[in-house]
Amino acid sequence: MRVTRNSTISSVSDPALETRPAIPAAPPARPDPGAVAGLPVRPVDIEARGLGRQFGETPVFSDIGFRLARGESVALVGANGAGKSTLLRCLMGLIPVSSGRVSLLGTDPNTARGPDLRRLRARVGLVSQKHNLVPRLSVLSNVLHGLLGKAPGPRHWSHALAPRASRAAAMAALDRVGLADFALRRADRLSGGQSQRVAIARAIVGDPEVLFADEPCASLDPAAGEDVMDLFFRLVRDKGVTVVFTSHNVDHALRYGDRVLGLAGGRLQLDATAASLSAATLRGLYD
Amino acid sequence: MTEIGQSSARPLPGRYETPSALAFLGYAAGLVIIVWCLSGAGFSFDKVAAAPPRFADFATRAFPPNLEPQVLARLGAKMVETLQIAIAGAVIGVILSLPVALLAARGLVAGPWINQATRTILGFIRAVPDIAWALIFVVAVGLGPFAGMLAIVVDTVGFCGRFFADDMEAAEKGPAESLTATGARKIDVVVCATIPAATPAFISTSLYGLEKAVRSSTILGLVGAGGIGIELKVGFDLFDYPTAMTVILMIAAVVIGIEQLSGWARARIIGEQR
Repeated sequence: MRVTRNSTISSVSDPALETRPAIPAAPPARPDPGAVAGLPVRPVDIEARGLGRQFGETPVFSDIGFRLARGESVALVGANGAGKSTLLRCLMGLIPVSSGRVSLLGTDPNTARGPDLRRLRARVGLVSQKHNLVPRLSVLSNVLHGLLGKAPGPRHWSHALAPRASRAAAMAALDRVGLADFALRRADRLSGGQSQRVAIARAIVGDPEVLFADEPCASLDPAAGEDVMDLFFRLVRDKGVTVVFTSHNVDHALRYGDRVLGLAGGRLQLDATAASLSAATLRGLYD
Repeated sequence: MTEIGQSSARPLPGRYETPSALAFLGYAAGLVIIVWCLSGAGFSFDKVAAAPPRFADFATRAFPPNLEPQVLARLGAKMVETLQIAIAGAVIGVILSLPVALLAARGLVAGPWINQATRTILGFIRAVPDIAWALIFVVAVGLGPFAGMLAIVVDTVGFCGRFFADDMEAAEKGPAESLTATGARKIDVVVCATIPAATPAFISTSLYGLEKAVRSSTILGLVGAGGIGIELKVGFDLFDYPTAMTVILMIAAVVIGIEQLSGWARARIIGEQR
């Protein structure tokens, strides 16, 4: 199956989708200095060209290409082992690509080095499948670590050392995820859903322009997963943040993504607007 | 499901695998090496058989141990000095081990050449026995407990430096990846994610390092590096077996006590998270 960009496949009615709660629509993009009056062109935040990655002799994916506009929310779907998480990490420069090029906010994270790479990453956030909090530290310290890209050094190692403004920013982020009362609790004393909320607070505390989320609710029970996804997208949509998230949940991909990219057989087999897709079409990627 | 007692149509697999010719040669070579080592070590059934009467003779002469108050006071002071050597050496050694381990741990802050060079140095430190380090420091700083403490410091760095590095390499990578993704520097990632993740293992290794230091410090006195070891040597040299037995019992009591304390502290500090 190959669906081209913005394809117009007719939607199949899915009862699960009809009951979905309303998520705020994507706001107007951030001011685009290059836009021509009357022609609203949103700048491209992420571009992949001929992207390939292999581990040893085993290719994970190859010849991946797409452009993601500012403020777009993109679901990356595919079966286990399709390479979603690897692609996500290649886009961030956490894993080097074997071929092709990535442009993330105008910079290639695979060729950027040292301070340039850190400055780029400071404009980006990551929410992982497992919350990846530091268990022995306080919730507030964990959130403060989200500022280390913008403000490196010992003052952001712990909430006890942090400047007042950073503590205030971290508390505001915790407040937005509803966990301000848990600021001084140790991270390993939280439930799975609470931990993922703290991970979201850590990802948004630095006001990132692009957010990556790798199956953010995969380790949560369905109810907690829904809460986390709703919260995550409520927080980022109203700020015009570009979001790329991976998910096995077809419903989530269609509900939270403006656009869906599907990986299968090491290739990008699907690139279409969520509105043009049905759950049945997406499930076809898993066959 | 097949019930117990029912037989299957399939033949039962053999209980043991027949070794290949190469494996058989390997086992045979291993056996030859063990016999060769026993021979080199002077193993003799005759000597084993003759030992119990001699041991009984020693026990007869060593018991009861010497519990005279002035002897106990002298040995007690030496035991305190032994513990001071062990604790001071272990604490300084553990503190120095952390930066050394950062250099030795692969993929953290230093490149592969520095990792390998640091690990080689740590391997050398461990290869030299603590008593040999004590002899070297006696030559360097003179007789007394300071030489013993320095020997314990070096011995602890060799031990804890290696295991701290292994602990950091084995620490969960997820938190470090999340911080790297925010643009944090390597040193920030190590301090904020890697070290906290490895802390339970650090505590356990450090407590074991302390136990090891206490055991080592009891014999450093044999080469003049302070502590109670000199009393043991003098006791045997003068055939004063009751006093030597008192020393042995004191060492055993202190080492066992430290191990118990260490186990209790390990459980209290690390708890169920280890």
